[in-house]
Amino acid sequence: MSASTTTSTHGTSAEYQADTNVGKIANFVDTRVGLSPIIKEFGRKIFPDHWSFMFGEVALYCFIILLLSGTFLAFWFDPTMATTEYTGNYVPMQGVEMSAAYASTLHISFDIRGGLFLRQLHHWAALLFSVAIMVHMARIFFTGAFRRPRELNWVVGCLLFVMALVAGFSGYSLPDDVLSGNGLRIVDGLARSIPLVGAYISMLIFGGEFPGHAIIGRMYIVHVFIVPVIILALIVVHLFMVVVHKHTQFPGPGRTENNVVGFPVGPVYAAKAGGFFFIVFGVLAAIASMVQINAIWNYGPYDPSPVQAGSQPDWYMLWTDGALRLMPGNWPFNWEWDLFNLVSLPMAVLLPILALTVFVIGMFIWPWVERWVTKDNRVHNILDRPRNAPTRTGLGVAAMVYYGVLMIAATGDLIATHFHVAVNDVIYLLRFLFFFGPIIAFIITRRICLSLQRKDREIVLHGRETGRVQQLAHGEFIEVHEPLDEYRRYTLVSYEDAQVMPAQENAKGKITGSEKVRGRLSRFFYEDRVAPVTPTELEAAHHEHAHDVDQLESAGSTSTRH
Amino acid sequence: MKALSQKRRHPLALLALLMCALLLTGGLYAVATTTNQAKAADDYTASEVDEGSKLFIANCSTCHGMNGEGSDAGPSLVGVGAASVEFQVGTGRMPMQMQGPQAQVKPEQFTDEQTRQLAAYVASLGAGPAVPEDEYLDVTQGDPANGAKVFLANCAMCHNAAGAGGALTRGKYAPSLMGVDEAHIYEAMQTGPGNMPVFNDANITPEEKRDVITYLKSIDNNTDPGGFGLGSLGPVSEGLFIWTIGLLIIIGFAVWLTSRSA
Repeated sequence: MSASTTTSTHGTSAEYQADTNVGKIANFVDTRVGLSPIIKEFGRKIFPDHWSFMFGEVALYCFIILLLSGTFLAFWFDPTMATTEYTGNYVPMQGVEMSAAYASTLHISFDIRGGLFLRQLHHWAALLFSVAIMVHMARIFFTGAFRRPRELNWVVGCLLFVMALVAGFSGYSLPDDVLSGNGLRIVDGLARSIPLVGAYISMLIFGGEFPGHAIIGRMYIVHVFIVPVIILALIVVHLFMVVVHKHTQFPGPGRTENNVVGFPVGPVYAAKAGGFFFIVFGVLAAIASMVQINAIWNYGPYDPSPVQAGSQPDWYMLWTDGALRLMPGNWPFNWEWDLFNLVSLPMAVLLPILALTVFVIGMFIWPWVERWVTKDNRVHNILDRPRNAPTRTGLGVAAMVYYGVLMIAATGDLIATHFHVAVNDVIYLLRFLFFFGPIIAFIITRRICLSLQRKDREIVLHGRETGRVQQLAHGEFIEVHEPLDEYRRYTLVSYEDAQVMPAQENAKGKITGSEKVRGRLSRFFYEDRVAPVTPTELEAAHHEHAHDVDQLESAGSTSTRH
Repeated sequence: MKALSQKRRHPLALLALLMCALLLTGGLYAVATTTNQAKAADDYTASEVDEGSKLFIANCSTCHGMNGEGSDAGPSLVGVGAASVEFQVGTGRMPMQMQGPQAQVKPEQFTDEQTRQLAAYVASLGAGPAVPEDEYLDVTQGDPANGAKVFLANCAMCHNAAGAGGALTRGKYAPSLMGVDEAHIYEAMQTGPGNMPVFNDANITPEEKRDVITYLKSIDNNTDPGGFGLGSLGPVSEGLFIWTIGLLIIIGFAVWLTSRSA
């Protein structure tokens, strides 16, 4: 505080002197900016080891690779729709009239050294980015990692998922080939389907009638500036919350709600994560150099008239395309509704949008739905094994089937040609599965979870079946069970025994309508459940087995008789 | 003349006039245009027609009738021309193995000579598109850039931008165009087999047809510039690749990294 004290500290000879040059530089910097407490704190942050915890990292690394490769592409890409003629190396497009955006993309692909590689790296990284996000989300969902205190981080993750779609789609639209133009045409159609203001919104987006001369430039700013900045900001918040909350962990001996068992960032995870970045980069670079992606030279410059066979968006947008493809046009009646002859309601577009919106909203609010139903407001740092939350796991798989059906619906024509079936039949089947697939998936998944839980109980109570059948002294045959070691047993029994919580009275002693609904949902969640093995049950089972083993030992002499 | 002028205000007069005008323009157009008028198959000999007739009766008449007049099972072949026969028989689609949504490609049943004889016979039934001349099949004279333009504007909707083929309704499909003989591509455009529309010479000139063939052969012969092409099917096969092989590789490394405790 006072000047004299400060001087005296600086004056002492006890100040740390580094021996090596690196040490001296580091010490110089540290004494100026004082980072060491932060690094010390962060370096002691613990990460548990599990392969499924790595996908968020994969997404992060993909994003970094996207920034690097995208910057290279931006040096050469011309985001304008001015008409030009291609004069580069690719023969079939020579002299063809096209937009500057398309011409410069061809230019990057065929005339810039390393251009095609970086284009492909960028695109493959975008695909892996969205795959990693989705797998990461599935991991979070099925292990219950979105529960308190991580609900808000789940929302940030959902926002990142949505932004990844926007980033991907805006990038897919940039080269101005026929395929990307078809995608924009659908956006135009979706905008127009909005009642009353649709046409205005479309005009606003495209700067006039579709396709206009403005959209590529606008998409470009969205793609290289707005969305990356938002994603970057969200990633910062996401990671900050991960540090604040600390990492979750699977149940196991020595793992509690108040600790994290794993390895620290420094030096173990810093090395692992750093190495993993280069692995992801290497894998993507290998794919980009060996496997072709988005052959825009095949599609030709955008022309609003043709829609080519096999026109599909990138995989992460397939489900939106699929929703439109599943919707019947005028069966069993005309879906083009007219409200009082004033407002046109193109339900064939609005209903598919609704199907997508339901999914996205459900995703965002799920943590609160589950919290409301289960009335579980406790902090959870220990993850659920998916089987130990059968209803949640079932609902998650149902959502995956719902998403999957929509995604597959966009590929109906390719299924038809490759499996030699009629495209109509594919669509009929998928329409059925759209409604009933999730229900079937839910029932089957929940049953599988319950069976797995029963299997766990069985193993805990009776040990592992060894397949060795022995005869007891009195002639009885038994199979020898190998008792479980207590570490494995801990993992199998240490889950929460969630039970139905019926509708509760409120402070006025009244059971409200919403509380009744909650009670019913709680029954739906936990009515069928397999309780974890209790110590008493375990004790009883051990007695029984000890009895067997005793008999076996006493029968030892007789077993040698043959 | 007076009678006619008196009736000029008859309610149906306008309709009659319209009919006359339509018939006249249509008729004149049919006379003036030669686009669909294939040259008669002059260069077929009488003996080829004879041999063709025998082959036809033995192999095709069950469905197409004894004189190619057609039946419930197959269309009339009068006026379909030699090009149609060369395409259908030359690619093995005819004789058809079984009725279905569309004729399937299979190993050809006839030799080139026999196919020619069948073509000669069918051409003799009525004038139709003839087999293309060699100069229109010579890809060294074609312009692939113009071919790409014509192809993307007319063919890619069904056959996919890279000619990989695509689905049509109710089990029909547009086949892949990779590895298809030049003459067969030309004849298909000329005759419109199955669900395919006819692209006659007014629609796509013989030179443009040659350009299309040149373009198709150029993407057929050129390896994909970006590496393995994944069947030229676009984003779906790319998505499948990243979800299967790509994701498996990443999972493999993730398992490896986390299983090695420090």
